Amino acid sequence: MPPVPNTNPAVIRNFCIIAHIDHGKSTLADRMLQLTGVVEGRQMRAQYLDRMDIERERGITIKSQAVRLPWRDHVLNLIDTPGHVDFSYEVSRSLEACEGALLLVDAAQGIEAQTLANLYLALEADLHIIPVLNKIDLPAAQPDKYAEELAGIIGCDPSDVLRVSGKTGEGVVELLDNIVETVPAPVGDPDGPARALIFDSIYDTYRGVVTYVRVIDGQLSRREKSLMMSTGSAHETLEVGVISPEPKPVENLSVGEVGYLITGVKDVRQARVGDTVTGASNRAPKALGGYEHPKPMVFSGLYPVDGDDYPELRDALDKLRLNDAALVYEPETSVALGFGFRCGFLGLLHMEIVRERLEREFDLSLISTAPNVVYRVVMENGEEHRVTNPSEYPEGKIGMVYEPIVKATILSPSDHIGAIMELCQGRRGVLHGMDYLSEDRVEIRYTLPLAEIIFDFFDQLKSRTRGYASLDYEPSGEQESDLVKVDILLQGESVDAFSQIVHKDKSREYGLMMTAKLKELIPRQQFEVPIQAAIGARIIARENIRAIRKDVLAKCYGGDISRKRKLLEKQKEGKKRMKTIGRVDVPQEAFVAALSTGSGTEKGKK
Amino acid sequence: MVPSTLPDGDPVPRDGALPDSAHDGLGGRPFGFYVHVPFCVTRCGYCDFNTYTATELRGASRDSYADTAIAEVRMARRVLGDVVLPVRTVFVGGGTPTLLPAADLGRVLEAIGKEFGLAEDAEVTTESNPETVDPAYLAGLREAGFTRVSFGMQSAREHVLAVLDRTHTPGRPQQCVTWAREAGFEHVNLDLIYGTPGESDADWQASLDAVVAAGADHVSAYALIVEDGTRLATRVRRGELAPPDDDAMADRYLAAERTLGGHGLGWYEISNWAASEEARCRHNLLYWTGGDWWGVGPGAHSHVGGTRWWNVKHPAAYASRLAEEATPAYAREVLDDADRRFERIMLELRLAEGCPLDLFEDPSAVCRAVADGLLVPEAYEAGRAVLTLRGRLLADAVVRDLT
Repeated sequence: MPPVPNTNPAVIRNFCIIAHIDHGKSTLADRMLQLTGVVEGRQMRAQYLDRMDIERERGITIKSQAVRLPWRDHVLNLIDTPGHVDFSYEVSRSLEACEGALLLVDAAQGIEAQTLANLYLALEADLHIIPVLNKIDLPAAQPDKYAEELAGIIGCDPSDVLRVSGKTGEGVVELLDNIVETVPAPVGDPDGPARALIFDSIYDTYRGVVTYVRVIDGQLSRREKSLMMSTGSAHETLEVGVISPEPKPVENLSVGEVGYLITGVKDVRQARVGDTVTGASNRAPKALGGYEHPKPMVFSGLYPVDGDDYPELRDALDKLRLNDAALVYEPETSVALGFGFRCGFLGLLHMEIVRERLEREFDLSLISTAPNVVYRVVMENGEEHRVTNPSEYPEGKIGMVYEPIVKATILSPSDHIGAIMELCQGRRGVLHGMDYLSEDRVEIRYTLPLAEIIFDFFDQLKSRTRGYASLDYEPSGEQESDLVKVDILLQGESVDAFSQIVHKDKSREYGLMMTAKLKELIPRQQFEVPIQAAIGARIIARENIRAIRKDVLAKCYGGDISRKRKLLEKQKEGKKRMKTIGRVDVPQEAFVAALSTGSGTEKGKK
Repeated sequence: MVPSTLPDGDPVPRDGALPDSAHDGLGGRPFGFYVHVPFCVTRCGYCDFNTYTATELRGASRDSYADTAIAEVRMARRVLGDVVLPVRTVFVGGGTPTLLPAADLGRVLEAIGKEFGLAEDAEVTTESNPETVDPAYLAGLREAGFTRVSFGMQSAREHVLAVLDRTHTPGRPQQCVTWAREAGFEHVNLDLIYGTPGESDADWQASLDAVVAAGADHVSAYALIVEDGTRLATRVRRGELAPPDDDAMADRYLAAERTLGGHGLGWYEISNWAASEEARCRHNLLYWTGGDWWGVGPGAHSHVGGTRWWNVKHPAAYASRLAEEATPAYAREVLDDADRRFERIMLELRLAEGCPLDLFEDPSAVCRAVADGLLVPEAYEAGRAVLTLRGRLLADAVVRDLT
C-alpha cells in the first residue's frame, strides 16, 4: 500500500466529546463518521465506536478510541473518552491528547455532575470548549433553557451554544465546520526526539496490545524500537497506523497525529495509559507530565460458587488483566466461601464490569463479598496496618483508624436539595457549598467517606431525586474516624465473609440489618441457630432461627418409594452444595443475597 | 394409593420379562398384590392420585375393569414362572375401589387365588369411601374373602371436610366401622388428614377423639401435602387458602401420638398406629421391609427382587396394552446395592423396629443423631437405629444425615 504522507499539523484538529452516559455521544460520533464518509450508511452499526458487548448493552463507553475523520481538507481526530467517574484518570489522559472538547449536553436534561467534573478537567488542560446541545429533535427538549445554563457555566454567550441532533443529523455539518474553525491546531517540535502520549491501551487476541497514542514531538516510526518511559523497557515496533475507522498501517506518525502502535507486548501493564512512548535509539530526555499509576479504591472478594471453578477463575482474571491495567487481585481464603481472590477496583462500576465480564465471557458463577475501602489502622504501640479486607482487621489495642474520603459534586433540580442533604448527612457527609447553575438547578458539594458511597449511595440518590440528580466524586485523602469491625456469628462462629468495618454510630444498624437478613435467608436447621452481631466480644444484635420441627413426608407406600428415594438423593445433593459453618448449612443463595448491596432495612424504612 | 406423577426409568420388554436378578430368592420373601382401582365420582381438591372421574375416562370402562385387572394377574403368573408363591396380602386401593360392585372386587381376588393361591391367613384389605358403602355391600366384601377394610374419614369436622371436597357427613365413617364389625371384619382402619387449611388444633383433637371412640383397631394419620397441579395448590397459590404450617403440623402429630397412644393404639410406622401386633397392616409392612408385590392397574407400582416398575397411567392405555397381551409396564429401574441399602434405611427407619446399625457407613453420624435426640439410645445400645418422637418428625433429615 502507498504510504500515507505525514499530515501537516496545521490541518489537524484533535478533539474529544465530554458527555454524560446517555446524552448521545456515540450517536453523534456515528453521524460524524457518516458525514465525513468514513463509514458508508449501510455498514453503519449503531454506535460504531463502542466495541464490547457490555458497552453496547449499557450504552456506555469504557475504553476510549480514536478515529480519523477527513473534513474539508482537514483531518479531525475524534478521541473518544470514557464516561464514568471510575475512569476519570483515563479521561484526563484523553483530554491531554486533544486541543478541543465538545461539551455535549442533552437538551432535555441539562448538564450532569460527571460532565461538569470532566469539563473542569478540560478547562484545566486548557482545551478549547465548544458547547453543544444534543437531541434537539426531542419534544421535551428545552434548548433555550439549557443554552442559558451552559453559557453560565463556561462563560460564553447563549447564542454560541450549538444545537444538533445526532439522531437526525441536524446541525452536525455546522458542528464539524466549527471544529475546523475554532479548535487550535496542534503544535510540537517536529525535529526533536519522539514523545507520544498513551491515552489508551487495549489487548487484542490476535495483535497483542494495541496502544493508542498522540504524538507531541518528533515522529513515531515503524522502523524504530519503541521505549516506554515509565518502565524503561524497549519493544520491537511491529506496526504504527491510524484508525479510519478500521486500522490502516502508516510509515510513521508525526507531530499532532493520533494513531496506534503495536509492539507485540501481551499485557497492557507494559503500555500504560499516561505513559510516554519515545524512540529507543533517540530517547527523549524527559517524559510528558501527569503519569499516575492507577490506584484501586474499592476491594471485594470474588469466589466461585462452585469451589471446583477456582482454577478457571484464576485463568479468567489473568486474561482480563491483559486488558485492564487497573485490575489487581491476589488469592485469598475465606472460611465461609473457600478459595477466591481479593480484587481491587478503581470504583464500583469498574467492579461491576469486571464481575460481569467474568460471568459472561468466562461462564463463571461468582459470589462477591460486600465491597470495602482501604483502611489505615494505627495501633497504640505505633504499628500500622493497611486493611483491604475486614477479616484482616487487627486485634488488640487500636489507636486510630483512617478512611479514604472523596469530594463529591451533586447536580440536581433544586426541589430535591432537602432529600439530597438528608442522604449526605446520613452518610457522614460534610457540606462544602452550594451554587445555583440556573434558576432551578443546583450544584451541591460534599466531602464524604468513600465507604459511605460504595454501597447503595448512587441508587439512593437516584431514587430520592426521581432520577434527576447526578454524582461525581474524586479522592480527597483520608480522615480519622471512629470505626469498628462488626462480626456476624452463626451459632457462636464468626462468618468472615459477613464481617464489615463501619462507623461506630452505624454499627448497631448494620448488626440489626445483617442478622435480620440472615434470619430470612438461612433455612431452619434441626437445632436453634442464634445469629449475632458483635464488636469484639460485645454482642450488639441478635436473632434466632428457630429449629425446624417437621421434615418428613407423611406417606411412603409402594408407589412412593422410587420417587421418594430420588427426592432425598436430590436433597442430599443440594445439601452438599451448601457451605457448612460449624454445623449450620448455609445455601449459596443466602451468601449472595446477604452480600448484595441493596439492603433490606434501607428499603423497609420508606 | 398411587401418585399421579410417574418416575423416569428404563424400558420394559414387551412381554414384561424381569431381569434374572429379580427371580433370585423369589418365594423366600413375603409376596403380595396391590390392585389399583382408578375411579372416583369426583376428584377431591387435594388429591393427586392416579384416578379418573367418569368424564375423564375416555373410553375405558368401569364395567370391564375387573376383567382387565384379571388379565394382568394372569400375566403376572406368566412373568413370575412356576415358583410356589402363596399370596400373603392383597390390598385394593384407589381411587374409590368401592365404586365397583363387591362382586367385581371378589372376582379379581378369586383370580389371584386361582393363579397363585392365597396363604391361609392372608390379609385382604380394601380402601373405601364412607359414602359408597352400606351394610349389604360390606357383607358382600366379607363373603368375597376380604378381611380388612379401611375408611377414608379424614376429619370429624364438616368445614374441614368441605375444604378437602369430601362429600360424606361427619359421623358416617364411625357408622361404617360399626357396620364393618357387624359384617364380621376383624380389622378396620380409619384414615385421617391433619393440617388442612382452616383446621384448628381443637378441630384436630375432635377428629382424634372421634376416631378413638369409633373403635377402629388401626389409624393412619397423614399431614396434608399440597401437591403441585391440584386444585388445592391453585387455591393456596391464589391466597384463597393458607398454606399448611410445618410447626402446626408438628403440634398435630404430637397430639395424634398423645391421644392415640393414650388409647392403646401404638405407633409402628411414622403415620400408622395399631391396637395390637395383629392389627398392623401386613401389606404395608411388606412395602417397608423389602417384600415382593405385584401392582395391578393403571399407574400401579410393583417390586420384585430389587426391580421396581410402574404401569402406564391412563386406564384406556392400560386396557389396550393388556388387550394386545403386552405388558402395561411403562418403565422400570433395577436397583444396585447402593440404592437398595439407601431404600432399606429410608423405609425401615420409618418403623418402630427401626433398622440394624450395620446398614450405616458412617458410625459417627449415627452417634451424633443419638446425641441430638433423634435416635433412641437404648435401641442404639442394642444395635438398632430407632427414631425418637422428635426423630420421627425429622425422619427425612435423619435419612439424609445418615446416608
